[in-house]
Amino acid sequence: MKRAVLSCCLLMSLFAIALPLLAQAPAANAPATASSPDSSKDLNDKLAQLDQRVTAAQSAGDNAWMLTSAALVLMMTGPGLALFYGGLVRRKSTLAIMMQSFAMMGLITVLWALVGYSLAFGGDGKFIGDLSHAFLRGVGTAPNADYSATIPQLTFMVYQLMFAVITPALITGATAERMKFSGTVLFMTLWFFVVYVPLAHMVWGKGGLLNAAGGKFPCLDFAGGTVVHITSGVSALVCALYMGKRLGYPKQPMPPHSLVLSFIGACLLWVGWFGFNAGSALAAGGLASSAFVATHFGAAAAAFGWSAAEWLKNGKASALGAISGAVAGLVAITPAAGFVRPMPALVIGLIAGVFCYLMVTKVKALFGYDDALDAFGVHGAGGTIGALLTGIFAQAVVNPIFGDGKPVGGRDGHWGQLGNQLIGVLFAWGFALVGTIVILKITDVLTGFRVSEEHEVEGLDITQHGEEAYYLES
Amino acid sequence: MMKLEAIIQPSRFESVKDALREVGIEGMTVTEVRGHGRQKGHTEVYRGREYTVDLLPKIKLEMVLPDKLVNTVVDTILKTAKTGKIGDGKIFLSRVEEAIRIRNEERGESAL
Repeated sequence: MKRAVLSCCLLMSLFAIALPLLAQAPAANAPATASSPDSSKDLNDKLAQLDQRVTAAQSAGDNAWMLTSAALVLMMTGPGLALFYGGLVRRKSTLAIMMQSFAMMGLITVLWALVGYSLAFGGDGKFIGDLSHAFLRGVGTAPNADYSATIPQLTFMVYQLMFAVITPALITGATAERMKFSGTVLFMTLWFFVVYVPLAHMVWGKGGLLNAAGGKFPCLDFAGGTVVHITSGVSALVCALYMGKRLGYPKQPMPPHSLVLSFIGACLLWVGWFGFNAGSALAAGGLASSAFVATHFGAAAAAFGWSAAEWLKNGKASALGAISGAVAGLVAITPAAGFVRPMPALVIGLIAGVFCYLMVTKVKALFGYDDALDAFGVHGAGGTIGALLTGIFAQAVVNPIFGDGKPVGGRDGHWGQLGNQLIGVLFAWGFALVGTIVILKITDVLTGFRVSEEHEVEGLDITQHGEEAYYLES
Repeated sequence: MMKLEAIIQPSRFESVKDALREVGIEGMTVTEVRGHGRQKGHTEVYRGREYTVDLLPKIKLEMVLPDKLVNTVVDTILKTAKTGKIGDGKIFLSRVEEAIRIRNEERGESAL
């Protein structure tokens, strides 16, 4: 037995010596390719080439995810939000509310391409960008290292565009069933320049006042809790107050005309939100996974929270309650997604679900404003609670945004961050409030804002667009 | 000839229709209607806003009957449309002067 093993080993070592010799044999005839200094240069070339290929591979991976994310975020506006809102209005204004979302896909895209992107992400001003990228000058396949070193700047530009599209569309929930289409177009154009672009720059732009990386008041906003949800939610409240209630509100019943549409819309929003939040990692790495999981957990816990609250109060868990809760959770987890671990994400979702339920059912009734589809109750309230909870639950193990080893949120012992978050929230509230009031006045003078009583009764589909959502006689 | 109008629960409609066919009723007009009698409506809640829905969906049957069938039909409807709860509906009978078949201008009971 021992001998057999020994001879086996011998045979194998013979092979081990002979094999390379055999392999080299044909090469021996070829002319000597390099002397030793040349071969080190060769090696360096090879390494450089390898480096380039690794970079290209990473760029390809990141770019694939970011393009997918951009498409997912667009899907949130149309059809997601359009269906969600479309189902919640009365039948006579279905197309009008869908059109208000869809119009943003056209309008904001054009504005973004001309100067919007540049004003948000060009230069390094405190409050607003510059015109260095106007008409997308210098925006090509090369990355913009200030924001995302591994993907073409074109990808970054188009991804950020999708956020700018959905944000004003969210406001239309508050003014549903009574806003002029001409007024919508003018208001949204002004709102984009006066509120969205500056705030996007302040929070995400290089040198911005509230930028987490180096701003005066480093405010954590991973995917737009402040920039998207607080701004749109607060502006929605201002619009609802300025515009007044729908005719007959709250005496006349105004139940949603199709919760089936809303249901499909909410589910599309949930799926699209993975692009919104996990895409905000701007790469396809671990941070994206972390944000993806937090997003899903936040939505689920909030659906649970809203439903439970409703069940206790009314004895029934409604479909509308569950989907509203999910959206509230998605809103609240948005600023936190890339900073928190899965368990805190569940907690944030649960709190947001119950909080927004109370905002929509109690607070709204208490003050009597007609935020028709609860744009403020869900986005304003959810965005605010989410931004504050981010200051508590953000952890350096997930995202060491302030530098290696430095604490991030309250869980790391850095409770001062809660103060920074509060400053960011108050700033966004104030900014949206003042900006919106000014714009409303201008819009009211130029095009008018609210349709006539007669048109409101007849419905916006026919009076604003000359068509009907459901032509039952055909 | 008598005209019979019956307002019944939508959930009983299929049974009533089948039973009427069995006793030889060949034609009827059916409408989906909304209304209320002594039955209370129900409450719907959308994001905390309560709506009382007091007009409830019902089915209205209309048919004109030869005199000899009236009692059978009434009995059949009473038997099949009843659930015993408030909201089961009502039957109304009224006399009809004339019936005319448009196709061949037949008149009276033979036009039914």
